[in-house]
Amino acid sequence: MIQWLADFFGGLGAPGLLIWTMIKIVAITLPLILCVAFLTLAERRVIGAMQSRIGPVRVGPYGLLQPFADVLKMLLKEVVIPARANRVLFRFAPLLTLAPAVAAWGTMPFSENVWLADLNAGLLYIMLMSSLGVYGIILAGWASNSRYALLGALRSTAQLISYELAMGFALVGVILLTGTLNLGDIVRHQTGSFWHWHVWPLLPLFVVYFISGIAETNRHPFDMAEGESELVAGFHVEYSGIVFALFFLAEYMNMILVSALAATLFLGGWMAPLSFFNELKISGMAPLGDGFLWLALKIAGLLFIFLWVRASFPRYRYDQIMRLGWKVFIPLTLVWIVVVAIGVKWSSLFGGGA
Amino acid sequence: MNRLQRFLKTWLLLELLSGLKLTFLRMFKPKFTVLVPEEKTPQSPRFRGLHALRRYPNGEERCIACKLCEAVCPALAITIDLAEREDGSRRTTRYDVDLSKCIYCGLCMESCPVDSIVLTRIYEYHGEQHSDLCFTKGMLLAIGDRYEAQIAKSLEEDAPYR
Repeated sequence: MIQWLADFFGGLGAPGLLIWTMIKIVAITLPLILCVAFLTLAERRVIGAMQSRIGPVRVGPYGLLQPFADVLKMLLKEVVIPARANRVLFRFAPLLTLAPAVAAWGTMPFSENVWLADLNAGLLYIMLMSSLGVYGIILAGWASNSRYALLGALRSTAQLISYELAMGFALVGVILLTGTLNLGDIVRHQTGSFWHWHVWPLLPLFVVYFISGIAETNRHPFDMAEGESELVAGFHVEYSGIVFALFFLAEYMNMILVSALAATLFLGGWMAPLSFFNELKISGMAPLGDGFLWLALKIAGLLFIFLWVRASFPRYRYDQIMRLGWKVFIPLTLVWIVVVAIGVKWSSLFGGGA
Repeated sequence: MNRLQRFLKTWLLLELLSGLKLTFLRMFKPKFTVLVPEEKTPQSPRFRGLHALRRYPNGEERCIACKLCEAVCPALAITIDLAEREDGSRRTTRYDVDLSKCIYCGLCMESCPVDSIVLTRIYEYHGEQHSDLCFTKGMLLAIGDRYEAQIAKSLEEDAPYR
């Protein structure tokens, strides 16, 4: 069916290819938005449970329709633009935050052959997209013409720049180990059971990457950009209605992206945790074999850690965030990169093959 | 040794992990949430809710228009007018409680010599305008008639502590 569709649109030449790509984009984006919707619900339920509450259960069975009710409410609200705000940038900023968050999924490998674009520099592209998002935040803070928003935006910028470095260095470790920027090849490098995954040789880098990811998405306990207690809501304090929802969407989409990237780079992507699952065949198929199921499970697990961390820790003070980023993470990643480089060189000299 | 311990404690994130463990275990503990319309929290017999005027078992209203409640009311929520009835007894012609003024302190109930004005356990009521919350004598007596069994029980349960 899918092959037939691909052939059909491929036969139409350039416009067909465009339509086919559009269909694929929608096929990735729509489920992603649904995931975001249910992630907000999961967040409220999980944090509720951790605080001995129940969380939303009224709208639909187990509160499953709550996100849709929220979206509906958002849609019905007025979009208020402050009188002295820069109207063009004010409207443009949420898009600038959301678009890279969605675009970054373009090279994410969902399974052996399922992705939008098999980019050779996929990792670089995702890094690029995730750092573009910060412009939306700066513009939102500046265009609002509000001191709270501006302060939130400044904090968030400084924080993103600091943690981008640590994050980048953590990814350099992966690149050193695999010798490629292609996400699919990075996953294939981890073929085998879970002890072949990159988490084990790169454990400190994985931890640094994940914590930087939390900081990068402005999530607790690094949500200085929002800082409810001192900045009201930070950079999106002046946004209301569906425009605010766009920021919300971008934040959660980035969360899923960071989790997906961590799963791909360090936890073996779509690979099953035990190669045994591939031999478990039911009528020729291996339902528990390598595939999207495992990637989804890994992403879900990492997202749970996001929520778990939010429920557990108080917010960092600003100087503590900066200290952690510059004085702990960057030296740590640099040291571990050297260790990995020596290890890779050593094994290629004496063992053959990393 | 001490420094080594501290080093490990910091770099293995032990304190953070113990915090995470705490919240994780919390997830499986029973929840405190009360799903309100279906479930209710237990009420004390002393609960001070909506007002009611009581009657004696023979149907005679208890209130003797002594005006103690009106005098003691700190919010000036009670207004009483009185007149002599045909049989010569002293009775109220008007007994208004403005619920938007009332602070539910229960002093009226404490001051009443004949246990006439009481605060019931009813707390789920509303008014859409101010006049909905101005209860008259007839309304208060009706509430008393309707909930007499519950009121009597509450008073009895609370009696040993008075």
